[in-house]
Amino acid sequence: MSVLPFFAREYHVEILIIFLINVILATSYRLIATTGDWTLCHVVLLGVGAYASALMAKHFGWPFWMTAPLAGATAGLVGLGIVYPLLRTVGFGFFIASLAIGEFIRLIWIKFHTPFGGPRGMINIPYVGELGPIDFYEAIPYYFMTLVITLVCVIIMYRIDRSRIGDTFKSIYEDDILAASIGIRVGRYRSLAFVLGSFFAGIAGALMAHRLNAIDPHIFGLDEMVYLLVWVVAGGTATFAGPIIGVAVMSFLFEWTRPLLEWRPLFFGAILIGFLIFMPGGLESLIPKFTRLFGNRNAVPAKAEQPAGAKEPVV
Amino acid sequence: MELATFIQTIANSVVAGSIYATVAVGLALAFGVMQMANHAHGEFFMLGAYVVYVFYALGGMPFPFAVLLAIPTIAVIGLLTERLIFRPTRGNVLAGFMATAGLTWILQVAAGRIWGLAFMKKIPTPYMGAATIAGAQIGLQRVIIIPAACILLGLLWFFLYRVKLGKGLRACAQDPEAAALQGISINKMTALAMGIAGAYAGVAGALMAPIHAVTPYMGRDLLITAFIVVIVGGMASIEGAVLAAFLLGFIHTFITTIFDATSGVMVGVAFMAFILIVKPTGLMGRVKA
Repeated sequence: MSVLPFFAREYHVEILIIFLINVILATSYRLIATTGDWTLCHVVLLGVGAYASALMAKHFGWPFWMTAPLAGATAGLVGLGIVYPLLRTVGFGFFIASLAIGEFIRLIWIKFHTPFGGPRGMINIPYVGELGPIDFYEAIPYYFMTLVITLVCVIIMYRIDRSRIGDTFKSIYEDDILAASIGIRVGRYRSLAFVLGSFFAGIAGALMAHRLNAIDPHIFGLDEMVYLLVWVVAGGTATFAGPIIGVAVMSFLFEWTRPLLEWRPLFFGAILIGFLIFMPGGLESLIPKFTRLFGNRNAVPAKAEQPAGAKEPVV
Repeated sequence: MELATFIQTIANSVVAGSIYATVAVGLALAFGVMQMANHAHGEFFMLGAYVVYVFYALGGMPFPFAVLLAIPTIAVIGLLTERLIFRPTRGNVLAGFMATAGLTWILQVAAGRIWGLAFMKKIPTPYMGAATIAGAQIGLQRVIIIPAACILLGLLWFFLYRVKLGKGLRACAQDPEAAALQGISINKMTALAMGIAGAYAGVAGALMAPIHAVTPYMGRDLLITAFIVVIVGGMASIEGAVLAAFLLGFIHTFITTIFDATSGVMVGVAFMAFILIVKPTGLMGRVKA
């Protein structure tokens, strides 16, 4: 990843930047999904970060290294506000209630021309300035900055995933009543996962706003959210690497289908259905199969597959 | 607000509530029987409108006949969805929903390819003229939606509470395992529920076709409203869905008339969040959403 941009055209470097931002987005989505809460407003929280960073940079003239963490914090706070009514729901209700609440935030952006710019969004968001001799307006320096931020975010999320907190999230997914009975405050940990995930989505949003230079409510709509679902479902959520694999493979397919622009939603819709029906564990579930095929036959069997959103239906 | 505007707004609210109710009962019924919801429900609505476009505006058939034709057409699409998507993903609450999100894209692209992405399809209004009540004028095309929805909801009530098959459907919604032990086929019941859901969404779209912009994306806004209705009413409760549909119809129409459409949707969502906080089971539901 560190030498790739020198061999690519500038257009491809831009795609790599978006790819890295999507890696943060998908990994933070998995962080929330480990508790069993699949949300439909994660892309909106990406937008909250983007708008927050853009507003701070534009109106207060703050530099990027200040607005990016603050954008994350804003998204985290908004996440805290949304998760309060959402905690009353589980599984399926959580999914569709988060869709409606995400739509509410998008409508705020559309409705209020000041400061959000209405349906046409915000333009002329300041670029990340210079740091010594490096000008982050250029694609390659921006790529490396994004790479470093992505690595830091992913490593922090990996540590969270491996920590006691991460195990607590997974125990809530396995059985929330059992988790509550051994003294885990289920509601508090579900909120924590949601807020942490929102925080990293907000940072991804800041990276996006300062690269695209213009944002509008439509790039944070339901279509983008379903693309995020395609990545996460295609990659799988049982392991930490799953969503990253999903983003990598699907971004490749996404660029590859560029000539078929109008048919693209149909193509990805079919991919989503195909994965959910024929490979619910995602692409990551292939890895243990391959290692078993080619490698040590006595290897420890891999962790049980965790199909997307699998949970006993709530009756 | 003047009296005439007030009466007109109330009439529009009832019309909106009738459409929301017709769309949402299918969603609530299907959720009750299979604990899964259909993200492509809004697209069923959209396809219902296109059935009227094809048979009435292009084919020259009488309007009521085209509306009736929408019922079996979209019911078959509902059955296919059940067979091809919901049955393979059963037991996994979110997989069916996410897979139908993919189906949404497929149907939108297909409709756009077949009938074009033009901003709006011209569908001549079959019932010109307006009813005048206390100075308020209400287009006949809107008025006929109210009795149509009443007949549809009444038929559904009769089917669920008076017909043996419908009673089986309710039994299945209450406790699928116990219902299966009584010899009720779960597969047949989920297929039936999806067929009814498709038929109702389709007929709602067909009735709306002459007074709504017919585009491949017309189902999207309605879908969010229908979800809010189902959550507010109580996930699997059909009576709750009808009650919540009319509440939402009044909220949306009044806020839209006084302020604007965006505020209408926003207040609707805020109402849903409020209901979730004070009564997580919804107005008439037994299970948590």
